[in-house]
Parts: sequence; C-alpha cells; structure tokens
Amino acid sequence: MSNLQVSIYRYNPETDSAPYMQEFQVDTKGRDVMVLDVLHMMKEQDSALAFRRSCREGVCGSDGMNMNGKNGLACITPLSDVVKNNKLTLRPLPGLPVIRDMVVDMGLFYKQYERIQPYLKNDTPAPAIERLQSPEERDKLDGLYECILCACCSTACPSFWWNPEKFVGPAGLLQSYRFLADSRDTATSERLSDLEDPFSVFRCRGIMNCVAVCPKGLNPTRAIGKIREMLLAEAT
Amino acid sequence: MVTNITSFGRSGLSDWLMQRASAVIMALYTVFIVAFLLFNPNLDYYAWSGLFNQTWMRIFSLLAFIALAAHAWVGLWTVTTDYLKSTRLRVGAQSVIILGIFVYLVWGIQILWGA
Repeated sequence: MSNLQVSIYRYNPETDSAPYMQEFQVDTKGRDVMVLDVLHMMKEQDSALAFRRSCREGVCGSDGMNMNGKNGLACITPLSDVVKNNKLTLRPLPGLPVIRDMVVDMGLFYKQYERIQPYLKNDTPAPAIERLQSPEERDKLDGLYECILCACCSTACPSFWWNPEKFVGPAGLLQSYRFLADSRDTATSERLSDLEDPFSVFRCRGIMNCVAVCPKGLNPTRAIGKIREMLLAEAT
Repeated sequence: MVTNITSFGRSGLSDWLMQRASAVIMALYTVFIVAFLLFNPNLDYYAWSGLFNQTWMRIFSLLAFIALAAHAWVGLWTVTTDYLKSTRLRVGAQSVIILGIFVYLVWGIQILWGA
C-alpha cells in the first residue's frame, strides 16, 4: 500500500512572503481514517502545521476546510469520501482571510451572524415559568436549529465571496429564518425590514452550493426561499 | 442597513419580483414567436408585418421589450456589484448599461410603431 499523497496550503505571514502548497507523504496503514486523523499524522511530521479542531466528532464546527475542492468537516469526512487517485489536497475555507496555514479569520462570518440578531426577541411580559410552544410550532425549528456555524456553506457561496460585508450568507440566513419561524419571537416585521435590500437576502442566486456542502445535511436554500415568501407576504 | 441607489427598484424584494415576472413574460413571448414560426413555414413579409400590425401584438411585444429591459437592468446591476469593486468603474459600467437599455427600448418602440 503506497503512502497517501497530501498537498496542503501553508502560509505563515511572519516568515512567508506568499502562500504555497506543501507535499506530505502519510502512511495511513491502509485504514480508511478521517481527514482530521491525517492532519494529526502530518502535524507529527511538521509540528508547525496550524489547523483548528476541538471535539473531533462533527459537533463543534472548528475544522471546516476545503478537501479536494469541497468544503466539509475534516473530523467526519473519511478518506474514502474525498481521496481520488491516492491524492488529497487540503486548503483553508475559501474566501476568508488566512491567519496561518488552515486557520482563517471568521470575523466577517460572525459579523453577518450577529447582524441577524440570533436570539429571541419578545416584547410581551415574561410568563411565570416559560413561553410554551405547541409540538407543531416546535416542528418548524427542525432543520434550522442544528446549524453548528462551521462556515462550510457560506464559504462555498460565490455571493458571499463577492459581498461578504453585505450578503448575510447561507449560515446567517438559516439562523435568521430560525428566529423568523419561532412562535415565541415577536420581532418578525422588524427582522424582515432589515432584510429587504438587494444584498442581505436577495444576493442569493439559488445555486445551492450551501446545500451540497452542509456537513449536517441542512438546507439553507429552502430557508432563504421561506424568508422571500415572508417578505413578499408582508409587502404585497 | 444596506442601501443602494442604482438598482432597478431600490429594493431587493421588488427587484426580485420584477426579475421573476419579467422572466415569465419573456418565456411566454419566446414560446409564442417560436410557435408562430413553426406554424408558418413559408413565412413572407406580408404575414410577418401583418402580425405586427395588430394592436394586441404590439402591446405584447412592448410588454416583452419592457420586461427585457427590466430583467437586464436587475441582472446586470447584480453582475456589476459582484465583480466591479472600483466605485468609479462600477458606476461607469452601470451608467453605460442603463443608457444602453434605454436606447434599445426606445429603438424597439420606434420599430414597432414605425413600420
């Protein structure tokens, strides 16, 4: 069994004038391990290699990266899913500024998340115990609340690449709809009026890259369609 | 709040609705023209100018031209705001596009009623 050929993006702004691709030979002993395991094997060869990881089981969303051209979480992506001809190319999430190697600056991504006010807003007096929801009302949040903010979707979206300061991006819009659809939230009109400009929601051209890469199997395009329907219902 | 002044309807929602509505009108017009050409294999000048002499056809054609103009404005405005990052270049391109659309629209009206 020949070694896995890994080509990985390297950039240390303190020493490198430009980013470059570094080649590694990794012996996986023929096992179908996860891409994150391969990264750890590479870090044993070169301890300066920088990448983010935490839970290593697809819950924390730290190790989103571009593997052979497709975004995903390294910790839950087996080699058999991405490796072609025994070659693996690893790059940081596209479109975000690189801090070092695979570590990107998620500032713009979080700024768009902050903009949609991802918390319940309710102007009615708080009840003694809790705000209740019917099972049907709660069902509307399924497929929305599971997002772990790994940024795989937004950084696979050309609209987010070109206008990251103005277009909220699929991750932010999925969360936006999560609060628009919540029966306990009373700020629906206020939320919608912040979204009707030509960029925030409408820069989505429906190419569904977000749906194709989401490691949690969520559908931001559907949520964006629902936001459009709500905007249309409110304005016509 | 994200603002804009050169988009077609100054609102993402109205631009989006306009783009979809105009697409439907253009699709209907295309289907009609293609069907007309298929059902008239030996088309001559008299049949063609006879079609465009009818008021309903002129209204339908003008509707399609206006739909095309609106559709092109929304679409090309989107393209310029995606790819042209220099303000001077972007505003320049948008001006040329809007002027071009205006010229084609007036020219189209002249052809429809001038024959």
